[in-house]
Amino acid sequence: MTAVLQIIFDALSLGSLYALGALGIALIFGVMRLVNFAHGDFIAFCVFAMLWPSIDATAVVFAGMLPFYLLIPLLLIIGATLSILSEIVVFRRFRNTNPATMMIASFALGFVIRHLMLMLYSSRPKSITLWPSLGLPVDFLGAHIPMLQVVTIVITLAALAVLVLFLKRTRYGLEMRAAAENFTMARMLGVRANGVILLAFAISGMLAAAIGLILATISGTADINMGANVMLIAFIATVIGGLGSVPGAVAGGFIIGAASVIFQATLPHDARVFRDAFVYGAVIVVLLVRPQGLFAPKSAKQRV
Amino acid sequence: MPKRPSVIRQTMLTPIVLIVVLLVMAALSYQFGSRAFNRTAVEMFINIMVVVGLYVFVGNSGLLSFGHISFMCLGAYMTAWLAIPPVMKSMTLKGLPTWLLHTQLPMWVATPISGVFAALFALVVGRVIMRLSGIAASIATFGLLGVINNVYSNWDSVTGGQGSIVGIPPTMNVWIGWLGAAVAIAIAYLYAISRSGLALRATRDESVAASASGIDIVRERLVAFVVSAFIIGIAGALYAHFLSIVNPGAFYLRTTFITLSMLVVGGMYSLSGAVTGVVTISVLIELFRNLEKGISLGAIKVALPNGVQEIAIGIITIVILMYLPTGLTRNQEFSWRGWPMLRRLSRPVRTAMKELN
Repeated sequence: MTAVLQIIFDALSLGSLYALGALGIALIFGVMRLVNFAHGDFIAFCVFAMLWPSIDATAVVFAGMLPFYLLIPLLLIIGATLSILSEIVVFRRFRNTNPATMMIASFALGFVIRHLMLMLYSSRPKSITLWPSLGLPVDFLGAHIPMLQVVTIVITLAALAVLVLFLKRTRYGLEMRAAAENFTMARMLGVRANGVILLAFAISGMLAAAIGLILATISGTADINMGANVMLIAFIATVIGGLGSVPGAVAGGFIIGAASVIFQATLPHDARVFRDAFVYGAVIVVLLVRPQGLFAPKSAKQRV
Repeated sequence: MPKRPSVIRQTMLTPIVLIVVLLVMAALSYQFGSRAFNRTAVEMFINIMVVVGLYVFVGNSGLLSFGHISFMCLGAYMTAWLAIPPVMKSMTLKGLPTWLLHTQLPMWVATPISGVFAALFALVVGRVIMRLSGIAASIATFGLLGVINNVYSNWDSVTGGQGSIVGIPPTMNVWIGWLGAAVAIAIAYLYAISRSGLALRATRDESVAASASGIDIVRERLVAFVVSAFIIGIAGALYAHFLSIVNPGAFYLRTTFITLSMLVVGGMYSLSGAVTGVVTISVLIELFRNLEKGISLGAIKVALPNGVQEIAIGIITIVILMYLPTGLTRNQEFSWRGWPMLRRLSRPVRTAMKELN
C-alpha cells in the first residue's frame, strides 16, 4: 500500500512538471502554431537569473537570497519579460511562415540564449540551495513523501485552477480560447491578435519560471541543460494530448509522467535503464492508435 | 507539337553543378588548406551527406523528421562493429556475436553494409511510422530517436554505453568526403526525378488530390524514408571513420537540430538548398572560429571572446529565415533555364517550369 502511494505521488509530481511545461507550449501553439523549442532555455534562463554571472565553480547566489515572497514574483516577471521580448524581437516576424521555419527559428533563438548563458556562467553545473526545509519527508498514510513533491503538486494544481478560471471566466481568456480554436476567425470578430499573442507568451514565460524554480529546488543545481529535457517531454505531451487542446496538454503531461514512473517501478531490473525507450515506444503506439492526440479539439480535424 | 525534352535533360545540371562546385572546394582545401582546415572540410562533406539524406525525406514528403540522426547512429555503430580490429573489440565489446568479433572489414566494404543496415531498419520501422501524417509523424520520428539513443547509450556490452568506442581506422580524407557527398547528391537527384519522387512531391503539395489519383502515400513515403536512411547511414559510417571514435551523445538532439537548421536555412524543398545550407553554415562557423582565434589588423590583434561563434550563428540563422523564410535558394534548384529564358516567358509558364524542377 505504502509503495503504491509512493508511486502515485512520484507520478503526480513528475506529471505536474511535465504538465506545466506542456501548458506553456500548448498556449503558444494555440495562438500562433509555433512549437517553441526555446522554452527549455527559458526555463534554464530563469534558474540562472538567481545567480550572479560568474564562471567560478561555486555559484554566487544573487537574487536567490531574496525571501520567497519577493523571489517568486521576481522570477515570474523575468520569465514573462524574456518570453515577451522573444515574441517582439523574433517571433512577430514569423507569423505567416510555415511551421518548420518557425520551429527552426525558435530553436535558433534557444541556441543563442543557451550560449549566452554558457558565456556568462560556463558549462559547469552549480549548486544552489533554495528552501532546504522542503526536502524533508512528511508521513502520509505510512508513506514517506518528500515535502517538495506535495508542494509541487499543490502549486501545479493551484496554477491550473487559476489558469482555468482565467480562460473560462475572463474576457481575455475567452479571446485566447477563441484564438486557439480559429485564429483568423477570432481576429475577424474583433480579437486583437497582438494582445492575445503577447498574453500567451507572458503566461508561457511565467510557467517556464515556475518550472525553473521547482527544478532548482528539487535538484539543488543550476545546469544549462536542465530545461531541455522537460521541454522535449512537454512537447511530446502536447502532441499526445492533442495539439491545440489546453486540457489535453495537461492530461498528456500527467500521462507521460505516470508512464515514466510506472515503467520505472514495474520493469525488471535489467530493463530499467531502457525506461526512456519504453516511454518513447509507448508514445509511438499512442500516436498510431490516435494520430490526432487523445483529446483533439474538433477544429483540429483536417478538412478537404 | 514538339516532343517534350526528357526530365533528365532538363534537370541534369543541378547535380552536376553541385558536385563540380564541391569538387573545386575539395581541391582548394586539399591544395591550400592546413590539416585542421581539411578536417573542417571533411566534416562539411559529411554534413552535406546527412542534410541531403534529410532532404530526400523531408523535402519530398513535406514531413519534418527529427529521427534521421538515429540512422547516422546505426551506421556509425555498425561500422565500429565491423571495422575495429578484433583484438580491441574482444576487450571492449564483449556482447557481440562471435562471428562479428572475429571479422574486420575494410572501409570500402563496411560503409555500404552500414548504409544497408540503416536502410533495412528504416524499412521495418517505416512501415509503422509512415502511416502517420503531419506533426504526429514528426513526433513519432522523434520517439524513434529517443528509443535508439536510449538503447545505444545503455546496452553496455554491445555499444560500450555512454562512453566512446575507440579504434575505428581513421581513413577519411577530403577526397573520400567529396565522393560520399557526390554519391549522396546523385542518389537524391535520381530519387527526386523517379516516379516515386514525383508521386511523393504530389502528396506533399496536395495530399487529397494525389491519393485520389491513385498514389499510395504510405508506400511512397516509405521508399523515401528507406533511401534517406541509406544515405544517412553511409554518412554515419564515414563519420565514424573520420573521428575514429563513436559515442551515442554525438547522434542526438544537437546534431538533429543543427542539420535541420542547415536544411531549412538552405531551402528545405530543394536539393540545391540542402547543399547551400550546409556550405553557408559551415563557412560561417569556420569564419567565426578564426575570428575567435584572433586576426591581426596591422599591429593590433583583434579576437572575439569565446562563445561568440554559436551566438552569431544562431542570430544569423534567425535573420536569414526572417528575410528568406523559404531559405537561401527559395526552394528552387540551380539550373540553366534559370534566368535568361524564364524572364521571357509568361507567368503561368514560369510557374509550371518551376514545378518541373
